[in-house]
Amino acid sequence: MKNARRRHLVSGAMIGLTYICAVLATLPLLLILWHLIVKGASSISLAFFTHMPRPIGEPGGGMANAIVGTLILIGIASAIGLPIGIGAGLHLAEKKTTPLAQTTRFLADVLNGLPSIVMGIFAWEILVRPIGHFSALAGGVALGAMMIPLVTRTTEEMLLVVPTSLREAALALGYPKWRTSISVVLRTALAGIVTGALVAIARIAGETAPLLFTALGNQFWSTSIGQPIAALPLQIFAYATNAYEELHRLAWAGALVLISIVLVISLAARLVTRSRFGAAVD
Amino acid sequence: MTTLPVNWLEKDRRKLRVDASAFSDKFYEGLTAACALVIPGLVIAIALAIFVAAWPAFSKLGFSIITTSDWDVAGGHFGAAPALFGTLVSSAVALIIATPLAIGIAIFLSEFSPLWLRQPIGFLVDLLAAIPSVVYGLWGIFVLIPLLRTSVMPFLRDTLHLGSTPFFTGPAYGPSMLAAGIILAIMALPYISSVSREVLMAVPRSQREAALALGATRWEMIRDAVIPYAKSGIIGGIMLGLGRALGETMAVTMVIGNRAEISASLFAPGYTMASLIANEFSEATNDLHLSALMAVGAILFVITLIINAIARWLVWRVSKGQAV
Repeated sequence: MKNARRRHLVSGAMIGLTYICAVLATLPLLLILWHLIVKGASSISLAFFTHMPRPIGEPGGGMANAIVGTLILIGIASAIGLPIGIGAGLHLAEKKTTPLAQTTRFLADVLNGLPSIVMGIFAWEILVRPIGHFSALAGGVALGAMMIPLVTRTTEEMLLVVPTSLREAALALGYPKWRTSISVVLRTALAGIVTGALVAIARIAGETAPLLFTALGNQFWSTSIGQPIAALPLQIFAYATNAYEELHRLAWAGALVLISIVLVISLAARLVTRSRFGAAVD
Repeated sequence: MTTLPVNWLEKDRRKLRVDASAFSDKFYEGLTAACALVIPGLVIAIALAIFVAAWPAFSKLGFSIITTSDWDVAGGHFGAAPALFGTLVSSAVALIIATPLAIGIAIFLSEFSPLWLRQPIGFLVDLLAAIPSVVYGLWGIFVLIPLLRTSVMPFLRDTLHLGSTPFFTGPAYGPSMLAAGIILAIMALPYISSVSREVLMAVPRSQREAALALGATRWEMIRDAVIPYAKSGIIGGIMLGLGRALGETMAVTMVIGNRAEISASLFAPGYTMASLIANEFSEATNDLHLSALMAVGAILFVITLIINAIARWLVWRVSKGQAV
């Protein structure tokens, strides 16, 4: 009997430990968000969004160019990553077991785990070295290449949820295969695919390493895709590692803006699926 | 003039339509197949681009890239051993911290959590994966490092007397292998815990019920009936976290101190392969320097490729077993 009591004590202790793990694991996120708000919020003003960075040493200034730069980079990346990713996802969902599909599925997962800096040196090798200078286009391509496998896998997953009966019904009504795929299957899974796209955008929006030797960063106003362009993550990196206190303040504010963008996109992604699946359950 | 019979026309039109849809079906299938082909193409292109660029360094320097520790750009010596060492050690520290925590929270969420807590806590942990690496770096520089310098490091070294082991000696500057390991642990945590949670949830109910019916306590049920079932999936999750940690660049570059030294002490600054590339690539002075950095990138590429492939294979095996 004593033994049984000991076993129950051990069991209780271990279960208690998992509760502690739960607290410890959520702590870093709350701490990071708390510090971002405490240290960043006071530096956020209208000027932060509308003004250019001032020369080092002068107080004030904003990150208008970096915010616009990040949006442009996201635009280029999405233009590359979304269509290819969705197309590849359609192929994987329709041709589940062909050698091409299986290889692609596996390699997409492997690509998802590829260090982003490797994507950066790849983009440098194909777009910066031959052209001779850094450009927004090279940065966008690096980010777009990172999006492709992400979007592919989420699209495929979402398409597999669509019941086969729906596809069969459309085919039986005489729809050609491509129309069945586009206007029935894709249409049904749309909310999920939008979610996947948003998650992918949220993930690349904060990437810094692939931009270091491609978009490079830019102190001045530039919206040309052929020229180096500023980006929020790059600016945060540059300011955080600079010795000037004033720039640290801006780095925190920039980080708060960046994380807000990322969190808003992530939350939007969750809401899109929830409303869709909620309706389906009702 | 002869008029064509009406039903002939009808048949012809139908045939035309079938031909058109056969063509558009072919076109559609070709298009999506081309999209799918982009992915293997991308992997091959990345491997080619990097290995071709790294070739001069590999052929000229050979294994000395990973076996020597003298990185002297002017003298033409490129030994990245400290960076390789730093990559492996910082990732190992990260896994040592993150693995028990991640498995603990996965068990909590799959077995013990009240239903109303399951979603929000799972979401909070998953959000860790959404935080950009540069934000982790910023937090590391201005919050974690001061904390390590003033409290954690002196506590480990003096209060716990761990200073007598070689791992916790030396002055507490702050930027260190330990700082990098902690940041990486936080970053790897969501990957390990979300995969672990999924495989734990996939363990059949009957497995748990059988253990409980045999008189096991709840912990014994988890230890003896649930975890063995989910083991290879959990290991897959850990490998996935390892892959993340090995290739992580910005946060590590910001907190590790960037000094190319091999030291047993976690308090000493270090270097990783990713941060070596991040720091020197845009200022590479000559072709061999650039090629050596590409070679470091190539090694990183191969290591993470292998780790990820094993991780995917392990997770895939579990999910396949579950289907059977």
